[in-house]
Amino acid sequence: MNSWKTKRQLDIERRYQTLVERFTPNHSLAMNIARAFLWGGAICTLGQCVSEIGKVYLGLDQAGTSAFTAIVMVFLGAFLTGIGQYDRIGKHAGAGSIVPITGFANSIVSAAMEFRREGLVLGIGARMFIIAGPVLVYGVGASVIVGLAAYVVSLF
Amino acid sequence: MSKRVGEGTVELTSRPWAAAWSSTAGKKEHKGPLGGSFDFTLDDDLLGQKTWELAEAAMLRDTAIRCLDKVGLKPEDADVLLSGDLINQIMAAHFCARELGIPMLGLYSACSTMSEALAVGGILADSGAVRRAVCAVSSHFSTAERQYRTPLEQGGQRPASAQWTVTGAGATLVCGRDWLPEGVKPAAALRYATIGRVVDYAVRDMANMGAVMAPAAADTLARHLLDVGRTADDYDEIITGDLGKVGRELMLELLKEKGVKVDPSRVWDCGANIFSPEQDTHAGGSGCGCSAAVLNGYVLGRFAKGEVRRAAFMATGALLNATSVLQGETIPGVAHLVVLERERG
Repeated sequence: MNSWKTKRQLDIERRYQTLVERFTPNHSLAMNIARAFLWGGAICTLGQCVSEIGKVYLGLDQAGTSAFTAIVMVFLGAFLTGIGQYDRIGKHAGAGSIVPITGFANSIVSAAMEFRREGLVLGIGARMFIIAGPVLVYGVGASVIVGLAAYVVSLF
Repeated sequence: MSKRVGEGTVELTSRPWAAAWSSTAGKKEHKGPLGGSFDFTLDDDLLGQKTWELAEAAMLRDTAIRCLDKVGLKPEDADVLLSGDLINQIMAAHFCARELGIPMLGLYSACSTMSEALAVGGILADSGAVRRAVCAVSSHFSTAERQYRTPLEQGGQRPASAQWTVTGAGATLVCGRDWLPEGVKPAAALRYATIGRVVDYAVRDMANMGAVMAPAAADTLARHLLDVGRTADDYDEIITGDLGKVGRELMLELLKEKGVKVDPSRVWDCGANIFSPEQDTHAGGSGCGCSAAVLNGYVLGRFAKGEVRRAAFMATGALLNATSVLQGETIPGVAHLVVLERERG
């Protein structure tokens, strides 16, 4: 398909690329990093508080605390998505609100909401994981590989 | 009868009329700087429909009906509907057409569909093939986002070069010289149409549509001026579709490189002007409905008042395909240009 490209076209493309870079504005990287740090930190601090509540006040053990924290944080992410606020946070927080588990909830719930009109099966069911799907596939895939590697190492 | 001028421009020698026009815009667009120029603002961007797609089709249908109604016509008084939108298989246009019952040619050239429709409508009316053509185009933020990008509620950041799809529609009634309804004062006549070439300067960035379209816009404008033997100064205004702030600068730069003299103060972009900076849309508006609503509100409104006498309207389209982008292909662009002129008197 690239055979239509003459040398002249390739030259034009190269020159244009530098022009585009010159004229395209960017968000400030330092600002983005600072915001992601603060928002991400705030979400994780909240998670820590939830975890402490589980441990100290509810007397949960280690596994119970982890599960409790995940459940509460996923609920919060899903709830804020449902009332249309999580995308507003995401606008400022960037990776700060995508990386924590609340962002994972947001990516699933937002997709489910988006495709609800296409029906329960082919809409919500099929499209719910369009954003979170790759994370699950490669996350689970990577954990299997690491697990196998750990097993092989343990044999020696 | 239409006549070819130069390499790729059609002269519409009988000068068909832009006889009526109507525009619809969403709430956000209404709050923008051009808000007062739209005929109709949507209170509910779902228009009481079940889905966003049906809402867009209803918006397009209502805009076309309002356009005809302004000059006392019914859908059956039009011979052809030239229509397009951004949904797959131009669904909004087809669903609108099934209700209007006007014979229809579906058009797609992404956000340059409005000027494509005017070019085709002008040629058909000029040749006598049709008496009246309705050119109607729409886009809707909520249908376009799910088509091309991420779910609405997903929390991410938009790059600084990103544009915001306009919820809006515009319709123009193009009439052959002998078919102007009685007592109607047309806004302008269609004089030339320059059909755009598809130009690809190897931009891959879906969030920088201005950069995708700028080369096509510069190409079409340069070819047009050469074909008709005019300079940019012969136009009161050169109105581009939705290049946005980034694309506008790039187009002016490319024209400079081509040696085409253009006074930047005469060139303005619908996308760069439909929202104010406080509305935080970054590089401006986009979508078929952007240039369509601005043309059929602000621009033709000013033509009717005599504030503009001659303008080149060049809507620009990024021919984005969600599949090809995933496959690593670059995004081609296109721009069609039509010349609107107001006659003395």
